[in-house]
Amino acid sequence: MTNKHTISILVENKTGVLQRIAGLFTRRDFNIDNISVGKTSVENMSRITITTYGDDKTLEQIIKQLNKLIEVIKVREMKPDQTIRRQLALVKIHAPTEEDKSEIIQYTNIFRGKIADVTPKTITVEITGNPDKINALIDLLRPYGIKEMTKTGTTAITRGQKTL
Amino acid sequence: MNGSEALLKKLKENGTDVVFGYPGGVLLPLYDSIYDCDIKHILVRHEQAAAHAADGYARASGKTGVCIATSGPGATNLVTGIATAQMDSSPVIALTGQVGTPIIGTDAFQEVDTIGITMPITKTNFQPRDSSDVPKIIDAAYHIASTGRQGVVVVDLPKDVLENEVTDEDMDAKLEIQGYKPNTNGNPRQITKAIQTILNCKKPIILAGGGVILADASKELVEFATKANIPVATSLMGKGSIPEDHELSLGLLGMHGLESTNNAVTDCDCLIAIGCRFSDRTTGKVSEFASDAVKIQIDIDPAEIGKNVDIDIPIVGNAKIILEKFIGEIDGVNHGDWTKQIVSKRWAYKPKYNFGCVPFKPQECIKEIMEAITPETIVTTDVGQNQMWMAHYFKTKNPRTFISSGGLGTMGYALPAAIGAQVAKPDEHVLAVAGDGGFQMVSQELATIKEYDLPIVTCILNNRYLGMVYQWQVLYYNNRISQTELAPTPDFVQLAKSYGIDAVSVEEIGKLKENIMEAFDQGEARVIEVKIDSSELLPMVPPGEKITKIVGEYKQEE
Ligand SMILES: Cc1ncc(C[n+]2csc(CCOP(=O)(O)OP(=O)(O)O)c2C)c(N)n1
Repeated sequence: MTNKHTISILVENKTGVLQRIAGLFTRRDFNIDNISVGKTSVENMSRITITTYGDDKTLEQIIKQLNKLIEVIKVREMKPDQTIRRQLALVKIHAPTEEDKSEIIQYTNIFRGKIADVTPKTITVEITGNPDKINALIDLLRPYGIKEMTKTGTTAITRGQKTL
Repeated sequence: MNGSEALLKKLKENGTDVVFGYPGGVLLPLYDSIYDCDIKHILVRHEQAAAHAADGYARASGKTGVCIATSGPGATNLVTGIATAQMDSSPVIALTGQVGTPIIGTDAFQEVDTIGITMPITKTNFQPRDSSDVPKIIDAAYHIASTGRQGVVVVDLPKDVLENEVTDEDMDAKLEIQGYKPNTNGNPRQITKAIQTILNCKKPIILAGGGVILADASKELVEFATKANIPVATSLMGKGSIPEDHELSLGLLGMHGLESTNNAVTDCDCLIAIGCRFSDRTTGKVSEFASDAVKIQIDIDPAEIGKNVDIDIPIVGNAKIILEKFIGEIDGVNHGDWTKQIVSKRWAYKPKYNFGCVPFKPQECIKEIMEAITPETIVTTDVGQNQMWMAHYFKTKNPRTFISSGGLGTMGYALPAAIGAQVAKPDEHVLAVAGDGGFQMVSQELATIKEYDLPIVTCILNNRYLGMVYQWQVLYYNNRISQTELAPTPDFVQLAKSYGIDAVSVEEIGKLKENIMEAFDQGEARVIEVKIDSSELLPMVPPGEKITKIVGEYKQEE
């Protein structure tokens, strides 16, 4: 059964490490739904978060193959119920009337988003949250006409005291 | 001391006294240092051969092989050899030259992204950007290439890094590799579970792969098989892990395996796979592969477990260590009837073919080869029918004496791999078996054989076709023989003689054997062309089929 999985990878911060990881996914025919990379609190160590689709067997292979890369220090699947997942989206919406603008602002407030920019004809919304929440807001905004949108990859961390 | 000198010193410290290479502009500093160092450099005639030779050296000796190529075209020429070694987990370090660090990324003369190109075909690769990093990277390269699941490490060396100063302190520095900790000992619970299963099953088979040979665990394999009374099949890479004339040996499994072996594995109730990666060439149709068996898999690489075949009892560890633990716990099991029955079927198996035909039947060539050599003789094979005739009919006696490109199936492998093997084992006889197609991909290496006086005997099984592909066209493409006829093959005898190597073409029965023995006696290189019957078909399992579905001339004689 194909499922969505979030994988967190601690890597040594070396040139080419992202290429190695992306290349591994391509070569072994694994899917990358989205990917985010950033530094950690430890010097020379980065954390890569990948969301992917696949059955349990594929997930197992992904984790094992990632572990084989010399630069990879740790790999974990992030269990959905124990994981805080966040994305950032910036959405530019067609809003020529005051009525449109006020509705969009209301929706944005309900979702705890922010207004990042306003022009006579558009309004740009910034929202962070788990991917489902972001999608829900985007669905509400879509009827107005989304002119442009960008989303970051998902980043994730375990709830509670446990660390990777 | 500059980067080059530090590099060579580190090679030496890590036990390397011979390298295979080909120079070029950015390697001038390195070759200048080689000029007066005591590491022997073998100058090949094409970089691909340098990689294959380093690989053959590694497989014959168990030591890490080292090859060298210059930047750009030198590095790209190495690629086939690197991929070949990596696929068969052969410990090799490939040193490539790179343009100087100030001009990396500018499309400089002979610049190529060697790191990017070799990333997917190596265990890992490095590019020191500072001379002071060279010593610790070379140490790490040896460590990574030769431990865990062995493989290829590329070190890409910018010209200025070879030229700049290295201090004594740099020589002692260590590279921290946090994420690399191969597990060798196996999980005790799984080991206990495996032993229980082995003791309780009725129809066990061991499947030994190349990992047994890489772990130098052949002695332990035979001891375990004997104590537990279990027949042993091998993959192509596992050939030689048990002497193939041992009473428990079942020979080759898979697409070109023995019928009796393929049947036995299909019927078994417990399959103990050791250092074997379940290639599609070994398993045939996976869903019908040993489908009634409890499967135990021992492998140093956790990612191999369950990759192609679902496993009931996984054991991650070194084959030698795990087998020792098995041996300690298992003594005198009797799988009596099963083992006797399976083993007797193998030994009753006599492939049907006619001896004494002209042109020669390939099977008869293999028979003469076996009669001409000793158990210690190292044979390398090329790829194609020649390789599979050897895999099927040739009985390998010792580990590290059957050297063949299994995973990548690289034509042109036999001759340069033989060069590496002969350099590693100067006192052993080395025989390269090749098809006329594969030989022509690397025939320039006869010059290397001549230059270094390597007494390699090369046997070309000349069927005037790209035999293996031809066979598939005959069997599966309605006899439409598309681009597989090598009509004007060169006069191999004259070709070899032009390099100063003795050569003959034989058509008479007995002459192949006689020539091999004579050349070995004289301690001189020889090329022996044998014109063989190109219509002879190799028994095989159609791709994607269950391994009991063998086609081709394949009968058991009464
Ligand atoms: C470098 C390379 N190119 C192409 C192939 C595909 N291939 C596999 S076997 C074969 C035919 C080999 O012919 P030959 O060397 O004459 O050996 P034979 O099969 O006749 O023994 C070919 C073309 C290959 N394995 N390697």
